Amino acid sequence: MARVVDAAEVAPTGYAWQVEATGLRVRAGRTMAVDGLDLRLGRGVHGLLGPNGAGKTTLIRSLATVLRPASGTLEVLGEPVSGRLDLRRVRRALGYLPQDFGYYKRFTVREFVEYVAWLKEMPKRDVPGAVQRAVERVGLADRADSKLKTLSGGMVRRAGIAQAIVNDPEVLLLDEPTAGLDPGQRVRFRELVQELGSDSCVVVSTHLVEDVAAACTDVVLIDKGRLVFQGTPDELAAVGGPDDVGDSPIERGYSALLGGAW
Amino acid sequence: MSEHPTSGSIARYASGDELPADVLWAVEAHLETCQTCRLRLADAAPPQVTALTAAVWAEMAPTGAPVRRRHRLVRWATPALAPWLAMTAFVVLAAVALDGVLPTSSAVLLIAPIVPVLGVAVAWSRGVDPAHELVVSTPRAGLQLVLRRTFAVLVVVLPALLVGGWLTGASPAYWLLPCLGVTATALALGGVIGLRRAAITAASAWVLLVIGPAVVVGGVPGVLAPGAAPVWAAVLVGGAAAVFFRSAAYARL
Repeated sequence: MARVVDAAEVAPTGYAWQVEATGLRVRAGRTMAVDGLDLRLGRGVHGLLGPNGAGKTTLIRSLATVLRPASGTLEVLGEPVSGRLDLRRVRRALGYLPQDFGYYKRFTVREFVEYVAWLKEMPKRDVPGAVQRAVERVGLADRADSKLKTLSGGMVRRAGIAQAIVNDPEVLLLDEPTAGLDPGQRVRFRELVQELGSDSCVVVSTHLVEDVAAACTDVVLIDKGRLVFQGTPDELAAVGGPDDVGDSPIERGYSALLGGAW
Repeated sequence: MSEHPTSGSIARYASGDELPADVLWAVEAHLETCQTCRLRLADAAPPQVTALTAAVWAEMAPTGAPVRRRHRLVRWATPALAPWLAMTAFVVLAAVALDGVLPTSSAVLLIAPIVPVLGVAVAWSRGVDPAHELVVSTPRAGLQLVLRRTFAVLVVVLPALLVGGWLTGASPAYWLLPCLGVTATALALGGVIGLRRAAITAASAWVLLVIGPAVVVGGVPGVLAPGAAPVWAAVLVGGAAAVFFRSAAYARL
């Protein structure tokens, strides 16, 4: 069978940043959880750090086009996602693992990932192959036909990562993906994330500083809904002095920037 | 676009034979912009290349099991089916059971118009659908999925109501149009305040304005009388039109 490479597949991108936010404000319930955030994210793995209640999850949910920004501009893949617009093009290129990853217990891993592939409007003929590849990448190939309710917490997380990457997203949003993974799985997860970050924009929200040190090319530190710091893990480590609280250089940098507000 | 290269030069380009440099460049530049000629190039590829690509494509062909029936079902109904079916069955059964209690009007008749709306509320509830957060971030989340799920609700609810109505003597001539009218209104309102909230608002309004007075006063309320049918038809058309013209509003659910 002859396959023709479409011009759209090799077309240059028309935007400078995969994610660009200016003065972004997003409401979570009654509080303004993201309050005047300026952020630019390109390719690579971006570790989103911050204390509890800093607005990490709200920021990720607005990037996932679930929450509508209250004001400011937010562009994902060069398309504004703040107004009442057609979001389908952006959403087709998104992968999202929510913090509370909910799933249908009676579905098998394969059925669930296939359902998400259908929700993401993937072409029918690509679905079985893409599902198999996503399941293999997270190391669940041998359990692909087990029901989700029979899996352990770590395996469910990996199934969640599989559904997020099934469409080869250009922007991948992972909210606390390492919660519930054992140390070995966490190392494999970091390798996978680094691989994904080589050709897409991966945003990983985490509270584990060692995840950031090991896997991220870029650290985004937010507090009270504002950007406090953006730079490489080494730059974050350089901020901390010997007097700051923390066991590792990055932890000391983190507490130096947040003024010990743990 | 320049003229298409001859099949001879495409064949020689494909096999890597000697081509004059200017022809080679022209062919290559043309191939970049012409899909037809890229297809011709693919067809002209020498056997060793086609054998290789055929082998690769054969390896990559999907081998998974055929799609099971459940997959087709969840494209219409919400995958969180069990609570939803249970609620529908419970409401209809409760109405049939209550029927003798009310003095003059039938409980099935009074409740029928809001049963589908409750089904819509359940299909789009964060609390009932565990993957709600995931579903609403996908391109499929929009008017089309809303309509598919509403259709699935009606397919289940209407036969249940028909049976319930037949058991208690509530003719569909009384409740069918109000039923569709309330559903259309809730969907139209859902584009403004969110589907779950709209469905709950519509159901509460019905309980307060129609069921309440009917229980107190007795008799068939005016809105369910056959004379109200043209009004309900107008409501149905108006609601459907509002949904159609504001279809983009359903992207965020």
